[in-house]
Amino acid sequence: MPDPIITPAMREAVGRAGAPRTTAIERGAIARFAEAIGDPNHAYPDVAPPTFLRSLGGAVPDLPGAEALPRVLDGGSKWTYHVPVRPGDEITAVPTLEALAEREGRLGTMLIATYATDYTNQHGELVATQRSTAIRMGPAS
Amino acid sequence: MSGQPHLEDVEVGQELPELLKQPTTRQLAMYAGASGDFYEIHYDRDFALAQGLEGVILHGALKSAFLGQLVTDWMGPEGTLRELSVRYREMDVPGGTLTCKGEVTGKDAGAGIVICAIWIENGAGVKTTTGRAVVALPSR
Repeated sequence: MPDPIITPAMREAVGRAGAPRTTAIERGAIARFAEAIGDPNHAYPDVAPPTFLRSLGGAVPDLPGAEALPRVLDGGSKWTYHVPVRPGDEITAVPTLEALAEREGRLGTMLIATYATDYTNQHGELVATQRSTAIRMGPAS
Repeated sequence: MSGQPHLEDVEVGQELPELLKQPTTRQLAMYAGASGDFYEIHYDRDFALAQGLEGVILHGALKSAFLGQLVTDWMGPEGTLRELSVRYREMDVPGGTLTCKGEVTGKDAGAGIVICAIWIENGAGVKTTTGRAVVALPSR
């Protein structure tokens, strides 16, 4: 069996936030996103689709030693919505590393990292929170 | 049911109208560009094979977007999506048909919300993606 993959340096990173990143929300970006997901809803691009905020990225806090676990899979997301996002908004994303866990899976030992990203608009309102799970694994054998 | 659903008309057990999606590698490239997720497993077959995958796979977040569409199509312009929770249980590949489904599993008339189980079935009928949506609906 391999050694535990969560190192003390990784554990110290839990609770850390990445640098805030602010994005001006453009009609064209919403329209491109709606087209990419194949959603012809007439509400777009006057308002953003539910998962549009994924496109904002954000400076995910450093995970020391993550380079030893180069394979990454997205485990899922839970979105909580408060205020609609519209063209002209300035949305600031702040991702925080909430938790780390280790699990044996079909593909070997996996590191499960949970992030919470808060999205705030130019009025200081929390518009949405995304809680997402990243699954990291060692190199393919 | 078609048209704007109202709280009074929605009952537990009611199914949401199905949404069919036929993602292609072209759509994965479009989604990579629109979302900024350029991880190569979604468009570079050689890279995906070297990672131990059988080929390029869908972005999980694209599947979340499909389920978001399932719910927003159903709830209509007067509905409000409060929560969208999605877990990726199996990988999905381009070239097939995905069926997005949902069912009302709870209703809180006082709070004006309904809860739906939502999921995606692949061509073999396997639930590759599961989740939950919380929706506020208008009253009559």
